[in-house]
This record gives sequence, structure tokens and C-alpha cells, in this order.
Amino acid sequence: MAEAAGSGLPNGGESQRSRWKYLDNILNRRGPFTDPEWQPGEAVIEGLSRAKILGAGGLGCEILKNLALSGFKDIHVIDMDTIDVSNLNRQFLFRHADVGKYKAEVAAKFVEKRVKGVKITPYCGKIQDKDEDYYMQFAMIVCGLDSIEARRWINATLVGMVDDENPDSMKPLIDGGTEGFKGQARVIFPTMTSCIECQLDMHAPRAAVPLCTLATIPRQPQHCIEWAHIIAWEEERKEITLDTDDPEHITWLYQKALKRAQEFNIPGVTYSMTQGVVKNIIPAIASTNAIVAASCCNEAYKIATNTNPFLGFPETDNYMMYTGDESIYTYTFQHMKKPDCPVCGNLARPLQVNPNSTLHEFLESLAERPEAQLKKPTIRTEEKSLYYQFPPSLEEQTRPNLPKKLNELVSDGEEVAIDDPAFQVQFKYKLVFQK
Amino acid sequence: MADLPPPVQGPTAKEKKYDRQLRLWGATGQRALEESHILLINSGPGVVGLETLKNLVLPGIGSFTIQDSAVVSEADLGINFFLEEDHLGGFRAQHTCNLLKELNPDVQGNFITEPIETFLDQPNALKPYSLIIVAAPTRPELLSKLSVHATSSLVPLFYIHSVGFYSHFSVHVAPAFPIVDTHPNPETTTDLRLVSPWPELIQFTAEKTNGLEAMSNDDHGHVPYVCLLLHYLEEWKKEHGGQVPQNYKEKTAFRNIVSKAARTNLPEGVEENYDEAVAAVLKSLNPPEPSSAVKEVFKAKECLVLSEDTSSFWIIAHAIQMFYTKHNVLPLPGSVPDMKARSADYIQLQNVYKSKARKDLGEVLESVRYLEKNLKRDTVIPERDVEAFCKNAAHIKLVRGRPFHVVQAGESIKWDDRAKSIAQTLTFPDSLIPLYIAFLAFDEFVATHNKDGLRGAPKVPGETDPEADSEKVTGIAFKIIDDLLKEAGTFVEEPDYSDVKTQTGEFVQELVRAGGAELHNIAALTGGLVSQEIIKVITEQYIPVDNTCIFDGVKSKSAVIRV
Repeated sequence: MAEAAGSGLPNGGESQRSRWKYLDNILNRRGPFTDPEWQPGEAVIEGLSRAKILGAGGLGCEILKNLALSGFKDIHVIDMDTIDVSNLNRQFLFRHADVGKYKAEVAAKFVEKRVKGVKITPYCGKIQDKDEDYYMQFAMIVCGLDSIEARRWINATLVGMVDDENPDSMKPLIDGGTEGFKGQARVIFPTMTSCIECQLDMHAPRAAVPLCTLATIPRQPQHCIEWAHIIAWEEERKEITLDTDDPEHITWLYQKALKRAQEFNIPGVTYSMTQGVVKNIIPAIASTNAIVAASCCNEAYKIATNTNPFLGFPETDNYMMYTGDESIYTYTFQHMKKPDCPVCGNLARPLQVNPNSTLHEFLESLAERPEAQLKKPTIRTEEKSLYYQFPPSLEEQTRPNLPKKLNELVSDGEEVAIDDPAFQVQFKYKLVFQK
Repeated sequence: MADLPPPVQGPTAKEKKYDRQLRLWGATGQRALEESHILLINSGPGVVGLETLKNLVLPGIGSFTIQDSAVVSEADLGINFFLEEDHLGGFRAQHTCNLLKELNPDVQGNFITEPIETFLDQPNALKPYSLIIVAAPTRPELLSKLSVHATSSLVPLFYIHSVGFYSHFSVHVAPAFPIVDTHPNPETTTDLRLVSPWPELIQFTAEKTNGLEAMSNDDHGHVPYVCLLLHYLEEWKKEHGGQVPQNYKEKTAFRNIVSKAARTNLPEGVEENYDEAVAAVLKSLNPPEPSSAVKEVFKAKECLVLSEDTSSFWIIAHAIQMFYTKHNVLPLPGSVPDMKARSADYIQLQNVYKSKARKDLGEVLESVRYLEKNLKRDTVIPERDVEAFCKNAAHIKLVRGRPFHVVQAGESIKWDDRAKSIAQTLTFPDSLIPLYIAFLAFDEFVATHNKDGLRGAPKVPGETDPEADSEKVTGIAFKIIDDLLKEAGTFVEEPDYSDVKTQTGEFVQELVRAGGAELHNIAALTGGLVSQEIIKVITEQYIPVDNTCIFDGVKSKSAVIRV
């Protein structure tokens, strides 16, 4: 555990480093688990302060604070959201007076002011607004995105950027997510380790309540709310676009749902439940966000400095699952790369289908399949186009295929390619007929 | 909107702000948080305690107080988010308190800059606080004082280390810390009583399955699965001497009978209600047996022997134990999962379960009132408390709080009743007990080293000479291992013994490498864990750590052990 000589920064010198006294203990000393080749000291410190890093999503406040106090100096942040009053119970850089402002801007300003010497560049918009050239500038990307769609998009983009000739083109993706007392942190080395698409079935969508239940035989208060949301609004207020942030709209849905529930003697419809169902609210608390974001940033720090082994190194653990409602439990493991992953693999995935179901039914079923979760799929075989969502002319041309049975359109074992404009993903399935 | 009821009162400002957490711990949990006053005794780099407080101020605890006599230094600014350049040279307690207060105007913040030694010497110094957090390093005599206070006044005490890539915390709660509202996973809590149906349920089933075979497809496909299972169970019992399926083989056979009875060749393909029935067979045909945790509550001395100052938890537990002795089952929770059924049938079925649950509750309530009278209690236990207990009786949890280790210079660690089990798991692959031992050794080093003479600031290993200190701490850790094995009356064979020592040595080295420094990420992560546990303890909801948690930020793994 030798002390390395000289820990000054090229443009600062000893005096300014006194602020980083604690961090430097780690940066200047070997540990029992550091690589024997690793050289502590100046080069590591310089590398850390030069590394450009991107943070995004709902865990952004925690991520920015953690990265800034880990010695990163050039941090970018992307967030399309504006601040809502319900963020204040956990997103600690925002105050009541900030409600309505862009999160990325307020957060960047706050951390820049608080932690001297760090530069934070905000972008208020979607991650999808940016192209490969933009993502190429970063050393790595730390995400706490709240939608599966956005995760799949950034994952596919980063996998697509990998150029075997250029080692710099591989950008580690560190992803965190939370739900109530649960969460996960994972590290992806695009093309080398299991990617978000490989892991999609770890986050299966909730089974939707069948429409006929909502329409004719509701049993739960949630069924009445969904009825008001999906059916009653369409019937009675079609001309108004539903805004789930408008209290008048929520009140209308609540009262509709309440009335329906009374007709069926169903207890339990409340305003808060109406909001929860309609907005698909996921409980979120400061503590879980802190845990998951810090775990992500800990991995980012280790990757940037090599001060210790990190998750995601090929053939080692790459995923930490966290549960905090019953004592504390973590499960850290290696999620295996899938050879038939539609993003980072190239094999077609066999899929059992009922040959008598229609193309329309088959496409609907893709929305609920945990590994696909496609809402607007376009499908073709090697020879013909079966159904296109866009453009309208192609849609019209292929629409007559929708009511046809699968066995009229494809042969047993035939490969189909399925795209969804929301993701830069192409699924290859080999359709195997159920006997 | 003419046919709608008048406009409703929307959520209050507070409900809007706390919406995402109220969906977890509800208004009662929130009220408990708002009534709490938390004391942080801060030291060292001081980050983990503040990160903990941050996650408690945000969800809205009542008040916090920071005791910290340190003066803000340049190094603080590189690691602590709740300090700014202007604060250099000022009191850390004051400035961190002010910046934390900005996070939530509903929370009161106070600070104490007096040194901990004199602060604790004042009579009743700890009286205002409902929970205490201590950040290491601290002097053993001070930690002992706090531990004694936790034992005598039943105030929960949390002790935290965050050093480099590692962290640890221990929790000391009351010797009987019961939780009723454990929030079990709804999928594991369904209790349908299919093996012991009561008359109203039998009657309902008979009505709904009358002429089952002859029903129209639409009727047949809407019989609730609970009724289907009860119906086929009746048939099974006729052929099996009145017995329900007893073992896995019989249950599988029964499942096949149900599965075969489903109609096929329907336009919509399958009958969902039969699918649900088939899926429920294996998990619904067990007699409802209370878990070992519940039986432990029934056998506890507090439950068996009541006195006038017994808390309401134990009086209700005693009443439920009486119910269990009489009926051999716990009171019915009364909830029914959603299932394919017509609205009116489902609501009717729900009411069959609800009325039975109300009847059971009535019986328990009667016992509670009887016990109250006998014990001459002057306060009446609210019915809703008894109801909550009955609803979750199968999932109540009792944590037996106890003091954690306080390392005293020159004294060996006592593991008592935990010695055997800890010694056994010491050599498990990926065991983090060696890391816990490394932290104990770290504390022993602190207990025996001062920065500047007697009663100076505690000196942590690795500040100036990591190699020499590492050697010292490793020696202490090895002694702790040997003492543990001796106390457990066991020994570890080679090569396991050498392996454990190697692992422990590596943990110590990594710990000493930090020289007492916190890494912000590990402090933030640990602050998240500790604040979550504090919320559980204050709200008496969910299940807290019993009693020690260790986090390894090198491998990103955690462990919970009882010491």
C-alpha cells in the first residue's frame, strides 16, 4: 500500500487539493483489490477531472451531487421534465419556488454553486433529441430514467455506436431504477455484457385488465377508474384532450368512477387512487433514490479511476437488485448476455404461436410479452411486408392482412422481423406453430 | 356534469407534496414521522449522518438536532454537500443544520456545538429526542453511555460507520419491538380458508355452482374460482373419506380434475375462471398455519403474563392467542383477491368473507375488553387497532432489540448467544462477517489511539501511516476471530482458517487505505439505508434490520447479521 509521490493537480497545486484530502487517500493509495498494474496518483486524479460524464432522469439530483463530490468536473445532464410539487419529497435540489421550471437547469445551477470548480451543462429535452455524435463525447453515461422506453432507446443507441476499430466508441451505461422500497443498479458495457434489452424480462409489464371486465363486470375500484379513464372520457369528453395534471380532469374521472362504483356496490374509489391509476403513479422516496443513485455513482467512480473492481467487468457481476421493505436485501449477480437479444445479439428467437390466431391478435400480444413490450409494431418476413404502422399509404396497403390467420401469412418456422418506431430495435422471431 | 355529485375537496398542499410516500406509509406513518425529534451526534468527516438526515428532512420528520463540535475545514467542502465556501472556520453543526433546513420548511432544525463529552454530562441532555444517530469514530465510553440510555429509556439508537468503500450500521431498539403493519406482499397473503369453509361460504358456493354442468357457457365461465374449488373439493371429499387432498400427489390429482372440468372449444378459447382455479390449487389447499414468527409472539412472556402497564400490542396478541387456542386458526383477514366473476357475485363473495372477518374481530374485541377490565386499564384500546391486528395477524413481526457491540480498549468482544451461529457462518463464501470484524478492530484502534494525548480527538487508522496501522488493525481483528471461536467453543479447520484470516486482512487493508475518509457515494448510499431503517422504526411499519447491516462497495454486496 505505497503512497504515490506528488498528488498535485496540473493547474491547481497542493493548496487546492486540500479540499479533496479524503478522496485523495483512495486515489493515491493502492488497495488489496486494485489491479497490480494500476498506478495511483496524479494520472488517476487528472483522468477523473477530465472525464466528461452524462447524467439523466429522475435520479438526477442525487446523481449530480454524487458525481460532483466524487471528483468529476465536467458533468452534463439531460432531463425533459419540469418540477412538480410531488417531486419535493425526494428531489432535494428543488424548492417550492422552483415548481414549473426545468429540472435540468435548476439542478445544474444549484450544484455548480454549491460545489466549486465543477461545470454542469444542462439540456432540457429528451435523450432522443441527441444523436451519436453527442453521446460520443462522454466517457460514460449514468441514467436514472423513469421509463422503459427511454432506457431501451439509450441502450440501443449505445450498442449501435460500438465500433470495433475504435475502443473509445464503447460507452459504459450505468442504470438505476427505483419503485417504492425496491430498486436496482446495473452496469452495461455495450456489446460486451448483457444489455438492457437482454434484461427486459426482469421488468415485466403489469397485466392489463381486459376491456370486457371494465365495460361489463367491474369488481375492483381500479376497474371503475380505468372505465372512466378509457371508456367514459372517450364517450363524453372526446373533444377535450385528457390532461392528467389538470385537477378538473382528475375530479371528473374520480366522480365518474365513484358513480359507477356505487352502481355496482364496489367500495374504495378515492381521489388519490384515481390519480394513482390514471397517472400510473409509482411510489418514490428519498431513501431508495439515495441508495440506488449512490450505487450507480460508486460504479461510475470505480470505472473512471480503477480504484477498485467495478460491476460489469466481463464475466463478473453486473447487476445489483435491492429490496428494503423487509429488512435489507441485495442480490448481486451476473446477468448473462442473450445470443438472441434483438439489440446486442443476432439470432432469431423461437416463438410459439397459435397458427389460427389473427395477425392482429398476434401483434396485440407483443405489447404484453415481457421480452418485447412493443406497442406499435411493424412486421415483415424476408419476402413480404405483413403490416406497417407507417407511412399511411403502406399502412392502408397492409391493413387487409390484420384479420388473416397466421397460417395464411407465414409458414411454420418462418422468420419475421418486427420493428417499433419507439425503439431502435429490431426483433427477429422464428414463428413456431403450436401443435 | 349535472348528474354528478358536487365537486370534491382535492388533496391538501401537504398531501400533494408527500403524495409519493403517503402511498407507502399512509397518513398514520406520516403523523409518526412528524412527531419525531432525531438527534445526530456527528464526528469524523461527518457525511453519512447528514446524508441520513437529508432523507429524513425531505419526507418531513418533526425536528432534528445536530451535535457536532467540529469547525468547517477545506476538506469538508470536498465531500459534504451541506456546506459552502463561506462557512470555512465556522461551526459545522450550525451550517449543516441551516442548509438541511432549506430542504423542507415544515421541519425544525437545531444544532449543538458543545463537545459531546460535556453535552452528555448534563442531566436530561438526551431527553428531548425520540431517536439517536451516532456517527463513528466515537469514544467507547460515550457510546456506552448512549447504549445505556437506549436500554433504559427505550429510545432507538443507530451507530454508523462509513469508511472508504465500506460501511456498517447497527440498530438498538426496545427488547420487544412489535410491528403489526408489516406490509406483506399481497400475493403471499391470500387466506381463503378453502379447507375449512364456514356455513355462509358453503351456502354461497352451493348457490353459485348449482347445476354447474348444465350452465350456459357464459354462466359457466363466470363462476368465481373460489366456488369452483370448493365445489370440486366437496366431490373429492366424498371419495376420500371426507379428507381434502393431503399431499403434493393428491393435490396434483385434484388439480387435474379441476383442469379437465373446464370447457374447451369455446369461441374465446379458454375459461379464465378455471385457469385461475387451477393456478390456485397448490397454494390454497394448506390449512392456515400461523408462521413461526407469530407463534413466537404467542409464546412470549409479555403475551402470556399481562399486567396493568402492558402495552396494547400484547393485550391484543393475548386476545388473538385465545382465539387461536379456541378455533385453531387465526382470525380471518377477510380480503379476497380479484378473480373472473360477474360484479354482483364477486361483491357478494367479498361480503361473505368480510362478515366472517367482522365476526372474528368481534370475538377478539370482546376478549380485549374483558382483559382491559381485568387489568383495570384506564385507556381503551381503539377498535381500529384491534381490527388492524386481526387483518394482519398472520404477518405480525416481533423484533427483539438488544445492545450492539461497544468495543472497549483491552476487553474482548462478547458474542454471547450469537457466538455459535456467527462462528459457523464466518467461513461461508462471500460472508461479510470478516468485514464486520474489521470494523470492530477499527473501533478498538480508535479506542486506544489519540491524536494529541489523553481525551484528544480520536485517531483513526491510516491517517498518516497506512501500512503500520493496517498491521496493527489486522492483529486486533485476528484476535477478535480467535476469541469468537473460543467463545463459541469451536475451531475452524485449514484451509478455511487461513482463508478467513486472508479475507479479514484484505478487508482491514482496504478499510485502513481510506485513512478514516468517507467516500461521498458510500456515505450517500449508507445514509439512504439508515434513513430507510429509521423511517421503519418510527412509523412501526415494514420490517427493520435486526440488528446489523454491512455494505461492501467494492463488490456491491450487503449482508444483515444479528449480533
